[in-house]
Amino acid sequence: MNARKKSLYIFVFAGLAIAVALALLVSPWASSSPDGLEKVAQDKGFEQKANETESAWNGAPVPDYAVPGLNKRHPVLATALAGLVGTIAIFLIAWGLALALKKRGGEEEGGHGVATDKE
Amino acid sequence: MHIPDGFLNSGVSIATGVIAAGAIGYGMVKAREELDEKSVPLLALSAAFVFAAQMLNFPVAGGTSGHFLGGILVAVLLGPWLGGLVIGLVLLIQCLGFADGGLAALGANVFNMAVVGTMFGYLIFFGIKSLLPKTKKYFMISTAVSAWLSVILASGACALELAVSGTVPLHVGLPAMLGVHSLIGIGEAVITVVVVGVVLAARPDLVKAYGYLPPIPELDAAEVTQS
Repeated sequence: MNARKKSLYIFVFAGLAIAVALALLVSPWASSSPDGLEKVAQDKGFEQKANETESAWNGAPVPDYAVPGLNKRHPVLATALAGLVGTIAIFLIAWGLALALKKRGGEEEGGHGVATDKE
Repeated sequence: MHIPDGFLNSGVSIATGVIAAGAIGYGMVKAREELDEKSVPLLALSAAFVFAAQMLNFPVAGGTSGHFLGGILVAVLLGPWLGGLVIGLVLLIQCLGFADGGLAALGANVFNMAVVGTMFGYLIFFGIKSLLPKTKKYFMISTAVSAWLSVILASGACALELAVSGTVPLHVGLPAMLGVHSLIGIGEAVITVVVVGVVLAARPDLVKAYGYLPPIPELDAAEVTQS
């Protein structure tokens, strides 16, 4: 691994550590007030339209960013764990998607690009 | 502003869904050309950071909260197509994994935040940047202004969809949505500027929109002549 690539990986994993720290340590203390759209829905009286409607998808494993089962006794832990799992899961899913979408042989082209940069 | 199921009629859901799918599909085609060794890990980091940051609701006036959207951040780092793809992926995972935003409303949410907030937001960013002097200070000002505008425009699109669906009339919903999101947009601008500033200080080569490279269409033309 060349130095440039190494520094990129250090940057990316340092960034991931910051994201995980935010999701794990800060998210349980985030504001629980309604967000912009929820507040407008409450004020303008159309909030019940969502409550009356059956959602098109009820299979979310971690509804409302709280690990089910933990939420009643340990709401802080439930949210922190949801943040931790979600952040790492999306990092891996996004990496996998990017690799799948990337043009095949892109590695070699990338390597070639670095070589021409040095010339 | 993740719309739950029940707020939109099927016409609006389908229309926004078709546009969103087209834009994300085009983003995937562009991703084939644009993704390289450097942008694959950066795309993964951007998605993880946006997801984490969107959990952090900050209070704004009157018992309301707002959270980061991240459209301009990812578009400035990765360009509009990969950026839109990142926001679309975050919205998909939030909907399926965390019941945040309805599945029937997913197309509208992707339209508002990935197409309007990120891809169109990048166009605004690019326009503002082009008009200003080419220094870091004005680059950051372009970032801040377009970050604020991206939230405003996304909330306006949301209000329009609610009005067309017959949920809340435009003259009631639009001022209310724009009003609260003009405050949330300030948070968006501050977070975007701080994060872009940190990346510019640490690894300026990872900020795709920086360095005053030629715009993407010219790059494409250059690539065609090369090959």
